[in-house]
Amino acid sequence: MPAKNYKLTTQEMARFVADGFLRFDALIPDEINQAIIEELRPLEENKINQIVGLPAEAGGPPRPASLTPLSQCYPAPSVIGAMLNLPEVQGIIESLVGPDPLFDHDFVHRLPAGSTYQQHLHVDAVVDSADPTFDIQLFYFPQDVAAGAGGTRFVPATHLRRTRAEGVSRFQHLLGEQQYSGTAGTLMVFHHGLWHAGQPNPSDVDRWMYKIRLNPRVSQVKRWDMEDFEQIHNDASDHTFALMRHDSVAQVFRTMQPWQKGHESRYEQMQRARLWRYLSDDPRFDVDYYHTRIEQRGRIGREQD
Amino acid sequence: MAIRQQVLYLWLAEGALDTETVGWAIHDGTGGKGPQLPGTEPPYATGLAALEDGWCLIQSPAPYPLYPGAEHEVSYLANEFIFERRVEIKAE
Repeated sequence: MPAKNYKLTTQEMARFVADGFLRFDALIPDEINQAIIEELRPLEENKINQIVGLPAEAGGPPRPASLTPLSQCYPAPSVIGAMLNLPEVQGIIESLVGPDPLFDHDFVHRLPAGSTYQQHLHVDAVVDSADPTFDIQLFYFPQDVAAGAGGTRFVPATHLRRTRAEGVSRFQHLLGEQQYSGTAGTLMVFHHGLWHAGQPNPSDVDRWMYKIRLNPRVSQVKRWDMEDFEQIHNDASDHTFALMRHDSVAQVFRTMQPWQKGHESRYEQMQRARLWRYLSDDPRFDVDYYHTRIEQRGRIGREQD
Repeated sequence: MAIRQQVLYLWLAEGALDTETVGWAIHDGTGGKGPQLPGTEPPYATGLAALEDGWCLIQSPAPYPLYPGAEHEVSYLANEFIFERRVEIKAE
């Protein structure tokens, strides 16, 4: 659960860094869940019309352009705007990408009952820059989604892999992959790099999902609730092969997904530590000493130059 | 009769064929007319188990040189082993 001020805790932020997603079941109240479908219908129609070159005349709220601050998107009385402005949602957004991020794009993903459409695993957009900054994508499910009824499939902890969408499609299944199902009003928050795929909907109920991508426009450093930060943020000596803590951020980062076996997991830990260095503004943070021993020797080498 | 190929990809935990399966993909050139293929569970616990079940290894990953500065990056799953099974089916 987020902190009392609706921001994420350090523990939740560490889990996001490790797994690439957070899930908040039934976060959005029913009055929004029930009303939003009628707003998503024209939004979906207008998007499709635009793609095929027809006028976007289906009605609904004004559609934002990319680079618009989120606070200016979907003004009242928009139900989408009401959902995005919930303090619970704002707290999550601000914790991850800072206040008032930029609107990138959104899309209504409606899977008609009986749809057989199935995507390959992919990452959205293009292979990203090497810096640790990130966007988030909110996946909002306003209605119940039964198991196997078109929920998005995703692979936890794939978000730090630098890949192109077309290269990821070769992986049909990975151990530990999940397919979303859950109660109305559930919000999933993805790191932009998480591998995911749309699935068939063999049920007799349309599946609705609203997705919005947000870009930070300020530093993402320490934007969450810091109350538990000093307690669990470890120093670089937290090391499995020497002395280790079981209550630290490092311990969260040691937890691997079922597909992350073998020595490869050490490189995953290094990538998680690298992202945490950015978020926590601690350039010496480490998990199990992998960065630190190399950097120590590097300093010696530079001193001798 | 005609020969068709079934192809099995296994991604293993490490570069050795007897390490654990972490990912998989199957492509069936028989259009479903060949032997039944495994479903959504990992078809084999290791690459070696696939050999023991009659699959023929047609590609295994070679160690690759590391790019300076990118030695610690993670990207596609590297330990990709490809197997085939050639199946006789009734010609159309």
